[in-house]
Amino acid sequence: MQLKANEWRKKVALLSAETHWWFDSVGEHFKALSSENLQLLDLPEDISTWAVTRLSSGEKQRLGLLRLLENMPDVLLLDEPTANLDKQNVNLFEKFVDNYLLANSACAIWVSHDAEQLKRVSALQYEIISGGLVSHVN
Amino acid sequence: MLIELSTLDLSLAAILVLLLGLLSWRMSLGITAQLYIAALRTTVQLLLIGLVLKTLFENTHIVFIIIIATVMLSVAGWEILSRQQRKLKLWWGLGISTGSLFVSSFLITLLCLTTVINAEPWYHPQYAIPLLGMLLGNTMTGIALGMDRLVQTAWQQRPAIEQRLMLGQTADNAISDIRREAMRAGMIPIINSMAAAGLVSLPGLMTGQILAGAAPVEAVKYQILIMFMISSGTGLGVISVLWLISKRIFDERERLCFKRLLKIEKNLSEEIRKQK
Repeated sequence: MQLKANEWRKKVALLSAETHWWFDSVGEHFKALSSENLQLLDLPEDISTWAVTRLSSGEKQRLGLLRLLENMPDVLLLDEPTANLDKQNVNLFEKFVDNYLLANSACAIWVSHDAEQLKRVSALQYEIISGGLVSHVN
Repeated sequence: MLIELSTLDLSLAAILVLLLGLLSWRMSLGITAQLYIAALRTTVQLLLIGLVLKTLFENTHIVFIIIIATVMLSVAGWEILSRQQRKLKLWWGLGISTGSLFVSSFLITLLCLTTVINAEPWYHPQYAIPLLGMLLGNTMTGIALGMDRLVQTAWQQRPAIEQRLMLGQTADNAISDIRREAMRAGMIPIINSMAAAGLVSLPGLMTGQILAGAAPVEAVKYQILIMFMISSGTGLGVISVLWLISKRIFDERERLCFKRLLKIEKNLSEEIRKQK
């Protein structure tokens, strides 16, 4: 099956550790920001009117997730996605991803330094040791 | 009729330049060397082209015209590259700049010579060379500006471009805003000229004709023609160069890869070298 590069990236979506924003306001980056999703991630209702420069790194990370999921990808590649979040928001984030994966029969590869987190969110864990992949039993 | 200038007349004007250089030297402004070199270049280059044109008018052969046109095109292409802040790989850079110049300046000049001017022969150097020269000179500026703006901005905003790619946008889409900005930058000079023509400045072509004794209304018609040619030529040239660069900086898998176009120094950080 031949896919164009951009179509592939819609299906297999990468959330990098640092998100980037190019319009002046938050809302311009989204097709739609539902208040339900904003609540689930503890983000303010009116955030779509905010200037991007006003966002904290934690807010950027959570918004980055919402932006990525607008494409409804089948696979999520998450690179240290909760690095800037406080404990409460980490929980909300993990739950959100979990719900998404279940609701859309999607799967994810989650990269993190937090072994505890990985045990919470994943069924299989691997560690890179000396350039090789070592599997861990859950 | 055209009032002839003697060497004395030119020398008087040259003294002004000399004085400016002296003033700059006295005030330690540092522009004296550049100024004198540029003035010397202008004098020598223009005298040379005057001689060349004189010979050409006496021996009108299409091969000579093609040779001169090729030289003009190559120099213009080279100058475009010299203005770039981010250095491009030589052959790709030359190919893109001369390609855009060719597609815009040559085509439009050919069109004008064969349909509007209709001289005998259509490639008569009296019309072909000056028209091509004006077109090349102006489109070269627009192309250099557009190109510089696109490459600089794309380089500085590569995280944003990568982000847009990650969100499933096509390469074309990911760079579209930057490209629009570069197009605007490339067109500023000619749009300025057109807006100011007649009110602020009397452009060179009609000035020359009026000085040579042509009726103002006729001279003005030529100027309007040239303005339209230059604006469409510049527009076409800038569109071409932006399209070519946008295509080249992404690879066949629509990944942003500046190494395909820019010279990346070996002592730059890993992050940049990883852009393979």
